[in-house]
Amino acid sequence: MSVESLSLALVGSGGAGVMTVGQMLLDAAAGAGWYGMMRRSSGPQIRGGEAAALVDLATRSVEAPKDEMNVLLAIDWQNTTRFMDELPLTPDSIIIADPSQGPVPELILARGARVIELPIKDLAAGVVNGRANMVALGAAAAIAGLPMAGILSVVNLTLGRKGGEAQAAAATCLALGAKAAEEWGLGRELATPAHAEASVRWNISGNEAAGLGAVRGGVRFCAAYPITPATEVLEWLAGKLPKLGGTLVQAEDELASIAMCIGASYGGVPSITATSGPGLALMTELMGLSVSSETPVVVVNVMRGGPSTGIPTKAEQTDLNIAIHGLHGDAPHIVLGPTSVGDCVRTTQWAVHLAERLQTLAIVLSDQALGQTRAVIDRPDDSAWQAERLIQREAGTDKFKRYAATPSGVSAMSIPGTPGLEYVAEGLEHSESGLPSAGAADHAKQLDKRLRKLDNHNFGPEWADVEGEGEVAVLTWGSCTGPARAAVARLAAEGRKARLVAVRLLSPARPSDFAQALAGVRKLLVVELSHGAQFYRYLRSQYDLPGEVTVFNRPGPLSIRTTEIYDRLVALGV
Amino acid sequence: MDSRTPAPHANDYKADIKPVWCPGCGHYSVLAALTRALAALALPRHQVAVVSGIGCSSRMPAYTSVYGFHSVHGRALAVATGLKLARPDLTVIVAGGDGDGFSIGGNHFLHACRRNVDLTYIVMDNEVYGMTKGQASPTTACDWTGSKLTPEGTGVTPIDPIQLALACGANYVARGFSGDPNTLAHMIADGVRHPGFSLIQALSPCVTFRPEQKDWKKMVHAAKHEPVSDPRRAGHLALEDDAFTTGVFLTGTRPAFPTAETVRSVMKTVAELEQGFVT
Repeated sequence: MSVESLSLALVGSGGAGVMTVGQMLLDAAAGAGWYGMMRRSSGPQIRGGEAAALVDLATRSVEAPKDEMNVLLAIDWQNTTRFMDELPLTPDSIIIADPSQGPVPELILARGARVIELPIKDLAAGVVNGRANMVALGAAAAIAGLPMAGILSVVNLTLGRKGGEAQAAAATCLALGAKAAEEWGLGRELATPAHAEASVRWNISGNEAAGLGAVRGGVRFCAAYPITPATEVLEWLAGKLPKLGGTLVQAEDELASIAMCIGASYGGVPSITATSGPGLALMTELMGLSVSSETPVVVVNVMRGGPSTGIPTKAEQTDLNIAIHGLHGDAPHIVLGPTSVGDCVRTTQWAVHLAERLQTLAIVLSDQALGQTRAVIDRPDDSAWQAERLIQREAGTDKFKRYAATPSGVSAMSIPGTPGLEYVAEGLEHSESGLPSAGAADHAKQLDKRLRKLDNHNFGPEWADVEGEGEVAVLTWGSCTGPARAAVARLAAEGRKARLVAVRLLSPARPSDFAQALAGVRKLLVVELSHGAQFYRYLRSQYDLPGEVTVFNRPGPLSIRTTEIYDRLVALGV
Repeated sequence: MDSRTPAPHANDYKADIKPVWCPGCGHYSVLAALTRALAALALPRHQVAVVSGIGCSSRMPAYTSVYGFHSVHGRALAVATGLKLARPDLTVIVAGGDGDGFSIGGNHFLHACRRNVDLTYIVMDNEVYGMTKGQASPTTACDWTGSKLTPEGTGVTPIDPIQLALACGANYVARGFSGDPNTLAHMIADGVRHPGFSLIQALSPCVTFRPEQKDWKKMVHAAKHEPVSDPRRAGHLALEDDAFTTGVFLTGTRPAFPTAETVRSVMKTVAELEQGFVT
């Protein structure tokens, strides 16, 4: 017997190595031709807190985790109950527990799953330099039916620097775990992968994908201030930008990181920074400078629970309000939301293109569930979007008007180093030539100009993912798109029609595109991860929502599951 | 500049715009010193950028004919750092006041000193926020009672920018006076030539909110010491100083950031980098 998909939760205290196990399991599955994803759930502690690697493996591409957790493998039970809500165990689930770590917590037993004992610590203790997490990896791999050779090669690649003894110890531990699991005969082995041999698959996290999208678009400068869960965007760029002739600098705070980006962009180099809610809050004044001075800049904001320090390690879609409305004054800018891990490449690349083309700020609203999830996906398609800034390269006979109120609203920039086109980039309101002005006419003219740039731009079909048909539609964004898409696909497989609209261009609003996408819809389900229903309220402020509207919103960190959307769509009569 | 072209004049670097400053403001002389320095350096206008924050002195970019960025309050050094790192071919000069630089922008000042990017920072220090009509700044004496915001005085010890810059690793540290624009112009030109981060504190009286500063011309005195290259020795000089000594305190020897070792040369294409994701 084999299965099309398998979900495993690997839990243990921080430092027990469960993230490593999850990563290796995913890598080995990828190498053997399967798809999958690994989500991370952890407390705020670096060591000693609770940690879970939530791994989905499948024969086909997956965008949403399974509704139920098939296997829970616990290296220990320390603080595991803290994230019990994130582990959807059912009576069909299997719990693998180490008896030396004490009894299975009552809360977990209450789910009615079958418990199998595996003396993980004792087995590892019997091997010189043996490690418990390698026993666990062996067991997990055997349950999934992953070839041992693939697991060994992934482990050896990681342990390579530690030498042959470490590799031999790991191999022995893997074999002990695998042997035990094979004896259980659980019948959860994955079926043969469905992808064509010729297709190229990637193993990538959303944060890496955002970094890649940035450099694909032409970004060559990044100023970085670390913050969970966005740091991986910056770390990926740190390793890559110098190889592309670019620069990354660690800033002293988020005020400096975006200010440095604005300075570099003024110098003609497309620039990006990445942050999360607290950092975005600090950046808002300078984001206004980008808008006023018409200096392009991209901010990737990987959302976490808020307000204040909130829940740094877990996702929420609650920076929508600040991203759209946080700037003081009338400050037209772009806000985009990637709809999957792979889409972080495309959406960030689009953000670079739009920021440069429209000479303004573009914010990419990713979240922890996209950014820190690692997925095995088909290689994202190439996009043509590049940083194409309107630049004046030679002085004309008239005095250069940097902020000329052109019909399109976009006015040519000059780049420092160009003779005869010297100008001052201004955060004060200014005249067309860039001189500070407090006059009503100049203010109105420049406000019109800055708004016109966005109003006149043809954003094209990428404003949203519009899929399926029917009179019931699910309307969502960001990391909720995966489960919404899976719910619509499940309905379609049953011969039932529903529509999916996942908004990528959050701001500016596109009323006519929106009306067209939802034409004929009688019932609308709005899905978001926000206690305050920020997305729904924003939609209400910008669009006419058709038909009867139901809102399914809740706060993070509990991600919205496919079945929850499916059930609601069914209740709406799909 | 090309040797065939005539030597530039300070006026070549001045914009045709009347400053917002009050009559008698020290900043006029700092502007004159800056344009003289640029002329002395014979820098092509398009190869220079003046970056500022917000405040009376931060209006400087509009009054020069080079490239400029009038950014937001306190962030001039960060904007300038990004510009210089992205465009090392440009000469980047930062201009601002004591409130902009040492209060709201204080953190950036510490890190600009220690990072040592090749910038020249001219701080027009008048110990007051002028644009908001006369409040105490980080360099204001603790017993100054001239502000409605702190009518009893701040009760807070002022900082000495020279000491701070030396402690934080700036590579060229000098104090000038707007009443002596020729010497100040020399300092600015020196600071531009010197690698790394240069601080030039320009004592520049606010005749409107600190009229007593008109007496500064009697109080300043030229340093008796020669510039030193050891920041510890410069620090001793600064600690013993009465805050009115003009001159160069430090001509340091730290390499500018990014140092040669941090500049990597292994070039790749984006397509090559993408190979790292292939399973």
